[in-house]
Amino acid sequence: MNINTTKVISLLFFIFSVFYLYTAYQIQVFAFDENAPFNARTFPIYLGYAGLFFSGLKVILPDPNTIKVQHKTLEYKKTAILIVIAIIYGATILKVGYFLTTSLFLFSSYFYLGERRWTLMFLLSFPFVAAFMYLLHGVLDIYLRDPFLQSIGVMG
Amino acid sequence: MIEGILVGLSTAFTLQNILMVMLGCFFGTIIGMLPGLGPMTAIALMIPITYGFDPATGLILMAGVYYGAVFGGSTSSILLNAPGVPGTVATSFDGYPMAQQGKAGKALAIAAWSSFAGGTLSAIYLLFMAPSLSKVSLSFRSPDYFALMILGLTAIAAFSSKGQFLKAMMMVVLGLMLASVGQDSLSDITRFTFNNMNLTDGISFVLVVMATFAMSEALTIILKRNDPTSAAKQVSLTELGSIKINKEERNKMYKTIPRSSVIGFLIGVLPGAGATIASFLAYGMERNIVSDEEKEKFGKGSVNGLSAPETANNAACSGSFVPMLTLGIPGSGTTAVMLGALLGFGVQPGPRLYMTNPEIFWSIIMSMYIGMVILLILNLPLIPYIARILAVPKNYLIPLILFFSITGIYVMSFNNFDIYLMIGIAVVATFLRLYDFPMPPLILAFVLGGLMEENLRRSLLLSNGSWEFLWDRTLTTCILLTTILIVVWHIYKTMFKKTKG
Repeated sequence: MNINTTKVISLLFFIFSVFYLYTAYQIQVFAFDENAPFNARTFPIYLGYAGLFFSGLKVILPDPNTIKVQHKTLEYKKTAILIVIAIIYGATILKVGYFLTTSLFLFSSYFYLGERRWTLMFLLSFPFVAAFMYLLHGVLDIYLRDPFLQSIGVMG
Repeated sequence: MIEGILVGLSTAFTLQNILMVMLGCFFGTIIGMLPGLGPMTAIALMIPITYGFDPATGLILMAGVYYGAVFGGSTSSILLNAPGVPGTVATSFDGYPMAQQGKAGKALAIAAWSSFAGGTLSAIYLLFMAPSLSKVSLSFRSPDYFALMILGLTAIAAFSSKGQFLKAMMMVVLGLMLASVGQDSLSDITRFTFNNMNLTDGISFVLVVMATFAMSEALTIILKRNDPTSAAKQVSLTELGSIKINKEERNKMYKTIPRSSVIGFLIGVLPGAGATIASFLAYGMERNIVSDEEKEKFGKGSVNGLSAPETANNAACSGSFVPMLTLGIPGSGTTAVMLGALLGFGVQPGPRLYMTNPEIFWSIIMSMYIGMVILLILNLPLIPYIARILAVPKNYLIPLILFFSITGIYVMSFNNFDIYLMIGIAVVATFLRLYDFPMPPLILAFVLGGLMEENLRRSLLLSNGSWEFLWDRTLTTCILLTTILIVVWHIYKTMFKKTKG
């Protein structure tokens, strides 16, 4: 049996299914429901066993289509930076507000992906977000909380 | 039925809805054209926009995006040999060689006319088939629905797995597991929330779709930026040649289109099959039917070889609406996204949809005709201009996709936990995609999870906890036997391949 990444992922899924199944057995059900033919834990228990079955088979059975990923050609660094920018965006959006955080998120993403056409970068961040915000807030009536715009008196 | 058609026409022919179809087709074409971004991503990105509309308008917009994205996918197949969607892979077999011969405009025109004809013919089939199937499906009971959902999930796993059935089944289970997070629908007991209040209502469907499609597509594009195998080989995007189709070519298309539309529609109706299989089957069938002389041209720029898959993939799109509208069970990943959006609107698709919400049911069918006409009007004269969108730099495209995904989630909950959860799911999905774990089965399972549990609960309670309900009714047994056959066949195939090797 060859150990490849797909099998490692399947093994991780097997372990995850064990954890899921254990948690499913721990679901608290009402006393009168305990011996009912179907209660809140029945379906998750079946799912846990299904997960064990399929991932177990994937680990045991031979894998004719081994996937070989060329890690050297993959852009891990840029992807990771973009994920971090997205996390920072998520962390600040409520406190700072939609307009500024979203515009900065777009601007910094363009920059980290290698873009240096400053005017285009600006146009596709600040004015673009303002127009989109107008579409959501002004046209579609979707409320967007924005402490920054409120603090400078642009939003009521 | 006439009354229904009139209701549909009056709903679909409002200025707002015609505008929505136009917008949907336009944006769908653009998004579908970009390699790597398919109809599911396009529809997922549109969901936040539909919040402000009524269900019929929202669904009409999404249907427009769907057709547009499928057509857009063929443009990148023909011009770049980089199919935007799997359903247009077969289009590139003859479309790209034709473009290399300097007939890119003609190839795009053949694709546009074939898509139009395939979509229009299949909308007619849908018009007649959907109401009758709705009546039949009223006799379906919980065990039948449960079995049908198992069959749908197994079928999508079998068809979308590219020979890796077990991986697809693992994704099905993962989708069902994600759907089980939150309050149990009957007892309100919380499950798998780990005392986190944000998970009490479960994981939002839009969040899962955005994370597994839009966001993970974007991350995959950056990740594979320098991958030489994914680099696109370009045909000149400025000189596409004439878009005129001569008489001989038209005659070939007249024969190909009707048969490919039938096969496309029927395959589309089957749960899990969809546009990809329809287009490959139509291509294969066409190759077997044509004369030996024409057969030689296949793979080198054959008109039949281009027209057949293009007709079939559009016909399959309409076909895939049949199980969603009549049974409430989506036939493909894309219709699963639309089903989720419908549930979000508070509309329950199923056999009663055309009685309880006739305006939705009929207006979707009617909007298909409008969509096809608009696609043709939009695509034929604008082909040379639309094609230039293929040159949009990824430096702008990726952040914009991420922006639409995150905004989509933010405007739903105004909560940063959902943004973190989406990023987490997207990272896992990107990693799984690298190793060819398919995402459509996960989405279909996530959408069906609640319904499946509900039908299993009802079946087990009605049979006092006995599993006899699985073979009590002939229909249930037949559906389950089909499912078992699919599972056994695929596991056998996995083992047999290795033994052969």
